Amino acid sequence: MVINMLAKRIVPCLDVDKGRVVKGKKFQNIQDVADPVDLAKRYNEAGADELVFYDITASNEERDIFLDVVEKVAKEIAIPFTVGGGIRTVEDIHKVLRSGADKVSINSAAVANPQLIKDAALKFGSQCIVLSIDAKEVAPNKWNVFTNGGRNDTGIDAVEWAKRGEQLGAGELVINAMDSDGEKDGYNLALTKLIAETVNIPVVASGGAGNKEHFSSVLKEGADAALAASVFHYNEIKIPELKKYLQEEDIIVRRDN
Amino acid sequence: MIAIIDYGAGNIKSLQFALAKLKKDSVVTNDPQVIRDASSIILPGVGAFKDAMVAINEQNLAEVIKQEVAAGKPILGICLGMQLFYERSYEDGDWEGLGLLKGNASKIKESVKVPHMGWNTITKHQENPITRNLPDDFYVYFVHSYAVGSLEEDSLVGSTQYGGVVPAIVQQGNVTGMQFHPEKSGDIGIKLLQNYGEMIS
Repeated sequence: MVINMLAKRIVPCLDVDKGRVVKGKKFQNIQDVADPVDLAKRYNEAGADELVFYDITASNEERDIFLDVVEKVAKEIAIPFTVGGGIRTVEDIHKVLRSGADKVSINSAAVANPQLIKDAALKFGSQCIVLSIDAKEVAPNKWNVFTNGGRNDTGIDAVEWAKRGEQLGAGELVINAMDSDGEKDGYNLALTKLIAETVNIPVVASGGAGNKEHFSSVLKEGADAALAASVFHYNEIKIPELKKYLQEEDIIVRRDN
Repeated sequence: MIAIIDYGAGNIKSLQFALAKLKKDSVVTNDPQVIRDASSIILPGVGAFKDAMVAINEQNLAEVIKQEVAAGKPILGICLGMQLFYERSYEDGDWEGLGLLKGNASKIKESVKVPHMGWNTITKHQENPITRNLPDDFYVYFVHSYAVGSLEEDSLVGSTQYGGVVPAIVQQGNVTGMQFHPEKSGDIGIKLLQNYGEMIS
């Protein structure tokens, strides 16, 4: 028997706009929440395993503000974090890694140019290249990849794209179920399970967390990590309590500090 | 002054910040003279083994690293940096490493997801100053697809389990390796770096 104590990860996600954390429901009605560095520190102390920062504006002039945030976060916290939003070139990736990010999440740009995943994986290693997939159900148990914040149906099958991403060299997948995002009705278990069984790289479930049971369900269905935003930002779920609950549910989580 | 060897890839900043927290002066460099003048060396690393060795060789750093280590200077390899210490790696081919330690790196078995990414526990194999005042089992953050094998048994300080035994902390004389990222392993990781710093000072 293979003993495997690799912990399931709890990952708060921070959408950053002009240097502030915001929370949008279904990517709209964006509300200001907090300073990203303060929030990152808070999550680190609470026992978050990892953080994700999305630059949701990513215009050129605002890019520098964001890179500054990345560097400040790296200075303040000693847990891994991923940066996404507006990543289009190998040079963009280089910049965020040099600012102190551990992983880079690529979404629409990978659909437009799959070679970017390959080039980036070869240059920086698969372990820091995350393919983020926005998926929406277009027919029963059939999900397509959407781009541009969910406005554009690419017609590409999400499961096929996940497989392709692995082949191109992505080291991790974030599966964002757009139907459930912001609804707090639970993660998309069917989609997450399907993809987790198809690929042999870590899968992060995203979209729909509303209570502790939702985390337990998706982690038991094969997700390696569960990402959430508003339930953490608004303190509806406290990470130490969530981890205690998950441990009682026989899910391996890190609880030593 | 600690010389952090910069061969072009990845996140070095987090390591610098972690050392700064411990009030350790460090400099990111690829200048052989700076490396010679430093009190200790850290070889960081993410990315591909071959690219790292090519960069190290192109910048004529292999020789200075080997000479300084032979002269007794402490060196710490982190993640890929640790794997570079060994004789060979079978990452997409067969590549020669620095050969500071006996052993080689090969791919983690496909019975588990690769990369090995996330928090996993360390089991101590021997009492060592590096793990002083740490619990018997503790979590650290791993991100890697290759693991060291055929190493000298008595160099193994701590290991984790992932598709088999994965050497996590190794030490032989002045050469120390950590397969995980201490600079990303929260308070425990900082403690490991602190212990290491005290051990070599």
